[in-house]
Formats: sequence, C-alpha cells, structure tokens
Amino acid sequence: MIFTVAGKELRAMFSSPMGWVILALLQAVFAHFGFFAGIDQYFNIMSGAMRPEQRMGVTEFVGSNIFNMASFVMLVAVPLLSMRLISEERKNQTLTFLFSAPLTLTEIVLGKFIGLVGFLTIVIAFLAAMISSLNLWTDMDFGYIAANVIGLWFLVASFAALGVFVSSLTQQPIIAAIISFIALFALLAFDQYLASDPNSFFNHVSLMRHFEPFSRGLVDTRDISYFILFIFTFLTLTVRRLDADRLRG
Amino acid sequence: MTTITVEASELTRMYGANTVVRDVSFNLNKSEVLGFLGPNGAGKSTTMKMLTGNLAPTNGTVKICGIDIIENPKAAKALIGYLPEQPPLYKELTVDEMLSLAARLHGVARSHVKKAMTLAKERCGLTEMSGRLIDNLSKGYQQRVGIAQAIIHNPMVVILDEPTVGLDPIQIRDIRALIKELGNEHSVILSTHILPEVEMVCDHVQIIHKGSLVFNGAIEVLKQQRHGNKLLLGLHRAPDVKELMKVKGIIHVEPVRDKLLRVQYEAGKDPAEALVQAAVSNDWGMFQISPDQTSLEEVFVQLTQQESEH
Repeated sequence: MIFTVAGKELRAMFSSPMGWVILALLQAVFAHFGFFAGIDQYFNIMSGAMRPEQRMGVTEFVGSNIFNMASFVMLVAVPLLSMRLISEERKNQTLTFLFSAPLTLTEIVLGKFIGLVGFLTIVIAFLAAMISSLNLWTDMDFGYIAANVIGLWFLVASFAALGVFVSSLTQQPIIAAIISFIALFALLAFDQYLASDPNSFFNHVSLMRHFEPFSRGLVDTRDISYFILFIFTFLTLTVRRLDADRLRG
Repeated sequence: MTTITVEASELTRMYGANTVVRDVSFNLNKSEVLGFLGPNGAGKSTTMKMLTGNLAPTNGTVKICGIDIIENPKAAKALIGYLPEQPPLYKELTVDEMLSLAARLHGVARSHVKKAMTLAKERCGLTEMSGRLIDNLSKGYQQRVGIAQAIIHNPMVVILDEPTVGLDPIQIRDIRALIKELGNEHSVILSTHILPEVEMVCDHVQIIHKGSLVFNGAIEVLKQQRHGNKLLLGLHRAPDVKELMKVKGIIHVEPVRDKLLRVQYEAGKDPAEALVQAAVSNDWGMFQISPDQTSLEEVFVQLTQQESEH
C-alpha cells in the first residue's frame, strides 16, 4: 500500500515536465559547477603543489567540491519538490480520496515521503555515477564516494521529511516551499553563527554538522541515528497534523 | 435477505460550541437506496464525512457491516466507496491511471484490477474516455469518473454526495439509472437537495434539518403525504358546499381561486366518478377534475418548519 502511494507520487513527478526539468537542471548544475570546475581546479592547484603533503587525491578534491555544493543545491531543490505533496492535495480536495481508502495515515505519509526520496535517490545516483566516471582515467576512492553518497542521502531525506511536514500545514504549495526553505536554511546555517563552541546544543542539532563527518569519508552511527530521528520526528508530526484534520475537521 | 450494512447511532458533530449534526441514528439494509435530503448547510455532507471516516464524530458510532469505523478504520473503509461533493480526482492522470490507482489503493488484487476497471468504466459510460486526461474531461464526465472510483472495488456501501450536481439532464438521467442499478447489489446513500431525484431513485428517505433528522422512513410514506386525498375540481356553476358534501366520501371542500375547489375525501374512497355523475346530472358545468398534488417542496417545507416550531 505504501508503495502504491509512493509510486503514484513518483509518477506524478514525471508526468509533468517538472520532474524531468529538475533532474536535468540539477545534473547540469552539478556537472558544470561541481564536477568540471573541480577537475579544472584540481589541475591548476596540483600543478603548483610541489611538496607531497600539499598533494591530495582527486576523489577527495572533486568529491568534497561536488558533495558540498550538492548539499546546498538540494536545500533549494527539495522544498520545490516537496511543496506540493500534501498542500496541493488539500487545495484540490483530493486528500479525501486517500483518507477514504483503506489506508492508515502513517501509510499515506510514508508513501509520500518514500515517493519523494525515491526521486531524490535518482538524483543522487546520477551524481554518484558522474563522479565515478573519473575511474576511467584514474583510480577512484570508492569508500570515500560511498560515505559521501550515504551522507548526502540521509541529509536529503531529512530535508524531504521536513518538507513533507511543512507541506501538510498549508494549502498553498508556494508558501510551503518558502517556509521549508527558511526552516532548512536556518537548520543548516545556525551552527555557523551560534555554535562557535563545539559542544553547544546548536552544534548537536545542526544538520550540517552531522553531514560533515560523511564528507570527510567517515560513516558514524551517531550521525546516522541523528538523521533517522530527524526524519522520524517530522513524519510523526505530519501524521499528527493529518489526524487533526480528521478530528477537528 | 436483510443484512444491516450501515449502522449509525447517535452521531453528533460539534465545531466548537456549534452543533452541526445532532443525534443522527439510522440503519441501512443491503440493497437499499437511502436518500439524504436537506437544505443547504443542514449537515448532510458532515454526516457523510463521518460515515466514511473522513471526520471523527464528537459522539456516537458508525458501523459498516458490523465493523466500527473508528476502532477498525482500515477494514471498514475497505467496504465503502465514497464520492465527496467535489470529486477527488488527480487531474494530471488519465482515466485509466486514476481508476487503477483507486482499485489498488482499495485493495483489489493485482490480477483483478483490469477486470474491475473495465466493469466500472462500462457502468459509468467511460469506456471511450480511457486514455483521456481527467483535466480535459467535462464536469459531467469528471463526475462519472468520481462515481467509477467509488464503485471500482465493488464495495458493500456506496456513499455519493450530491452526485448529479452540475450535470446536464441526459447525464442526470444516466446517473440516476446507474444509482438504481447499484442499489440492486450495494447499499447506496445519496445526498441531494433535488426532491424529485429522491422520489425517483430512493427506497428510503431521511430529511435532515439543522443537524437533526426530521423525517426517516420509506419513500411511500413521503409520497402519501404528497398525494394526500385531494381532488382539484373546476365548476363553472358551482353549487353550495352542502350540496357537494352530499357526494359520498367527501369530507371537506374549500375554494382555491376562481371556480376551482379543493375537495378532500376519505382515504380509499375516491369520489371522482360520483362527482362527475353529479356534475352532469345537476349541470354544474364541470371543466376540470384532477388529483391535487401538494408538491414535494411543500411537504419538505412542512417537515422542516414543523420541527423548528417545536
């Protein structure tokens, strides 16, 4: 049942130009500003770096460039994709269709979330394929790429969970997009301003701080559990929000 | 076979301090069509939302084939097909995609989806529209898709909220025929504010007014109220009232307007024939005789106003 809802969302994404355009646009942005610019800079900088300690692997150089950029690009892209998930159904009154079907609210919310994450997984898979293509000319560090892909995936899934929740709060997709963007931006950025102390509370709740270890190639279960808790919290809130619809009308 | 499919007891819904539906109780048997009548804002849609589990009642229970919709919503919802006031259709899908989605979400086995779709499309006259985008269909066809998605999983109970709103007369006739057909196998609950529609398709009628049931009974009862035992009589040279009362069965005579009289008679003793004979032999100059029907509207107004006087 969950996958029927998820499949519907995924199909809706590709039944309009929206999904294709976003997919193409993201790929173009990653390729141009992350991938090619990264390789270009690599040659420029490494040709000047004579001493061994200055030298660094191409995987790490291009990888950190591309994945760091991806995390910020997704900050904009995910709210645009998540905005219509529930708000549009509320506006068109199609939510009744799902509510009347023999589905629990959890199944509806999970279905929508998985549909969105499915789409984002495609984006990330293309990104990973792009950087892995360097393996044709050099030896890539696939462990490093895998850690980054896992980190980015969890980060983006967290974005999606928050986006789904915000989308359940309003009838206007655009408002949902703006609010999710602001919320995500705040979560990403406030550690920059407030968390000079590495043990401060904000350091622990900042999304970016938990993404950082992955981008260094470190897969830490503490960070994974943080992301899972983040996703779980916002999906639960979404279920509660939809339940309030039924109770309060 | 009389099996109860819908059992609503003491349904109450409040929005803040405002009671929208008050103590609505009724039962519905298999293969019955129940008409839900009421003026705008009477609480029809709210009641239907509660019946389908879209809205939690403040008080009271709904049981679908014995399954409580609050305690076991999944099992109960599987037995219901619901068309809300606004058909819940994904405009970006084609008719086929929409129906197959509805079928799968309602738990139709994968191997049966095709068959269920063909049947639903046939019943709703949608076969030629299979590949069309719902967004491009006319309002009437969208309404049909709405009905098709409600019946695709062959539910025990079909609940339709104002299914004929916005349709042209031919489509209305088709949809009424479809509802009648559905009533043969399923229980159907249908809300409307069009009175003749109820008379045409329903077995049972409920009139809801300001959130309370003011009438609950078979359509025959309503029809009787409607037909009354009255004749409308037109006489050019009308005799005295006493003279008229001599005709057997007549209990009351009142003038309507120029030369027209309303004659009330005892139930089962239609004096039409005797009246004609008397009129001919006494040269009353009869030019009209017809059963006098109070319109359903009048019955409806009577019922809803009676209640507000209490």
